[in-house]
Amino acid sequence: MPYKIVADNCTGCSACEPECPNKAIYETPDGLFAIDPNKCTECIGFYDEPQCVAVCPIEDTCVIDTRYPRYQAV
Amino acid sequence: MPTANLSSHTVRLDELMQKIAKHKGCSSSGKTGCGSKAGSGDLPPEIWEKVKNHPCYSEEAHHHYARMHVAVAPACNMQCNYCNRKYDCANESRPGVVSERLTPEQAVKKVLAVASAIPQMTVLGIAGPGDPLANPDKTFKTFELVAKAAPDIKLCLSTNGLALPDYVDTIQKFNIDHVTITINMIDPEVGAEIYPWIFYRHKRYRGKEASKILSERQLEGLEMLTERGILCKVNSVMIPGINDQHLVEVNRAVKARGAFLHNIMPLISAPEHGTVFGLRGQRGPTAQELKALQDKCEGEMNMMRHCRQCRADAVGLLGEDRSQEFTLEKLRTQEVKYDLATRRAYQELVEQERKAKAQAKQQELQALAGTRSELKILVAVATKGGGRINEHFGHAKEFQIYEVSATGAKFIGHRRVDLYCQGGFGEEDALSTILQALGDCHAVLVAKIGGCPKAELKAAGIDPVDQYAGQFIEQSAIAYFKEYLAKVERGEIEHRARGDAQIRQGGLLAGVA
Ligand code: SF4
Ligand code: SF4
Repeated sequence: MPYKIVADNCTGCSACEPECPNKAIYETPDGLFAIDPNKCTECIGFYDEPQCVAVCPIEDTCVIDTRYPRYQAV
Repeated sequence: MPTANLSSHTVRLDELMQKIAKHKGCSSSGKTGCGSKAGSGDLPPEIWEKVKNHPCYSEEAHHHYARMHVAVAPACNMQCNYCNRKYDCANESRPGVVSERLTPEQAVKKVLAVASAIPQMTVLGIAGPGDPLANPDKTFKTFELVAKAAPDIKLCLSTNGLALPDYVDTIQKFNIDHVTITINMIDPEVGAEIYPWIFYRHKRYRGKEASKILSERQLEGLEMLTERGILCKVNSVMIPGINDQHLVEVNRAVKARGAFLHNIMPLISAPEHGTVFGLRGQRGPTAQELKALQDKCEGEMNMMRHCRQCRADAVGLLGEDRSQEFTLEKLRTQEVKYDLATRRAYQELVEQERKAKAQAKQQELQALAGTRSELKILVAVATKGGGRINEHFGHAKEFQIYEVSATGAKFIGHRRVDLYCQGGFGEEDALSTILQALGDCHAVLVAKIGGCPKAELKAAGIDPVDQYAGQFIEQSAIAYFKEYLAKVERGEIEHRARGDAQIRQGGLLAGVA
C-alpha cells in the first residue's frame, strides 16, 4: 500500500519532497504536498523506514493509503 | 535618520575605542565591557571588521544598521519542544514563524526593494522558517542571486547545526562569513528534554540518541567553521529547570571551539502557541534570572544582550518590523532599482554619527573617573534608533535597558511593551504592563512624556526623565547616574534596590533558528 498525505494536517513545509527515493511527492496548486500512489514503494528497497513519515513534523500526516494493495517488490 | 553632529576636534574611531576599552579595564578584569559592547574593544581587527556593521553581532552597530531575513527555507530536519511547526499566522510572531514563503527569485526581488528603501540594511540572513541547511538548494540559490545583484550586502545563516558539517565548504564558497548555531545543550540527557526527534541520514532518531548525534554535529560544525575563519555566534534558549544551569557548560564548550558570541535568550512559551513547552506550562525565565545567567557567562566570552528575538522576516532596524511594506503582492507591481550610491552616502553619514556618539560617551566617562561608588542602577531608554533618546514614552514599543555604575553604562537588553497595548486593553492596562516590564529600573529616559504617566511612574518608584531629549543614550545615562549619585550623597534621595521585571510572552522572536 502506498503512503498518502493527509491534506488537513500538511503544513506545506516541503521537507518530505526531496527525501522520497521515488520522486513520488509533488506540490499541489494550494501549496501543500501529495504522493503519487503509482510511484510510492513505501521506501521498500531503499530505506528501513518510509522517509516521508520519518521527516514529517506533524504526526499522522503521512499515512498508509488503504485504498491500494500493498506494494510488491519486483 | 541621524544627522552628523561632530565636535571640532575629531578623534579616530579606533583610537577612541581603544581608550574606552582601557578605561573600562578590559585587560585587567576581563569581566565586563569587552568585545562587541564598546566598539572594537579587545577583538582582533579582522573580527571587528566583520562585525562592526552587523546588527546581530555588534551591540554598537545595531543602533544604526539593520538586517533582514527572507523566508526561503520551510523544511526542518528535527523537532524542538519550543516550536510548533503548524503555527503560521501573521498576527502572531514567534521564532521561525513567518507567514510568507518566498522562492529564491522572489526573495532576491524583496532584498533589492528593501535595500533600496532602507539604506541601513546591510545584512541578509536566512534563518527559516525551518532550517536553512535542510533546504540547501533554496538557501544557496538565494545567496548566489543576492551576491550577484547586491554585492555590498553581507550574508548570514542561522542553523540548528544538524546538517552543518556537510555544508561548511559550501558556506565558505558562497562567502557567508556569519553563521549562527542554536545550541541548547551539550549533554544528551538535557537534550532529550528539549528535542523529541531528529531526522538524520534517512532515519528518525529519538531521545538521548537523537541529542547525542545533534550535539556532536553542532560542535563539529562550529569547529569546522571557526577553523576556516568564519564568524560564529551561538544562540541558546534558556529553559528554567531544564538547561538554565547547564548553559554555563555550553558557554564553555562553544568558547573552546572558537565561537565569537554567545546569545542567551529567554524561552517564549505561551500556551496559545501550542508548543510542547507551552502546553506543559513550562515557564520562561524572569528578567533577573536571565541577567544573572548572562552575567555568569560573561566572564567566559562576549555575551550578546541586544537580541530582540525578532521575527524571522523582520525588516528594518532590529525590532522595527517593516515587513508589511514589502509583501509579495506589493513587490509584484513594483519596479526595483538598486541604489548603491544612496546606500553608500547614508552609510558614510552613519559612520560620522557613530564617531560622535563614542566621543560623547568618552567625555562623560572622564567626568565620572575617580568616582568610587559601588552603586549600580538600571535605566530604561525610549529610542527610535541612532543611539539617541528620541522616542516619546507613549510611542515606545520597547525600552532599551542600561546598567549604569561608576565604570560606565552597559547595555543589557530590551523590554518589549507594545504587545500589551493590543487587543482592546485600555491605556491604564498598557501603563501597568510597562511598569511591570520596567520593574527593575530606577529611571526611564525619554524624549517626552505626558503628565499622567509621569505621576504613575514616580509613584511606582521609576524616575521619568526628559531632560536628555535628543541626546546620545550612553552619555545621558552616565550623566543621569552622576546626578543620582550626587543626590544620594547629599541625602536628598535614598538608594533602594528594585524588584524583578517580567519578560513579555508572545511577539517578536527570531533568533531561535
Ligand atoms: S513533511 Fe509533512 S507537513 Fe511537510 S510538506 Fe510533507 S507532508 Fe506536508
Ligand atoms: S513512503 Fe517512501 S516512496 Fe512512498 S512517498 Fe513516502 S518517501 Fe516516497
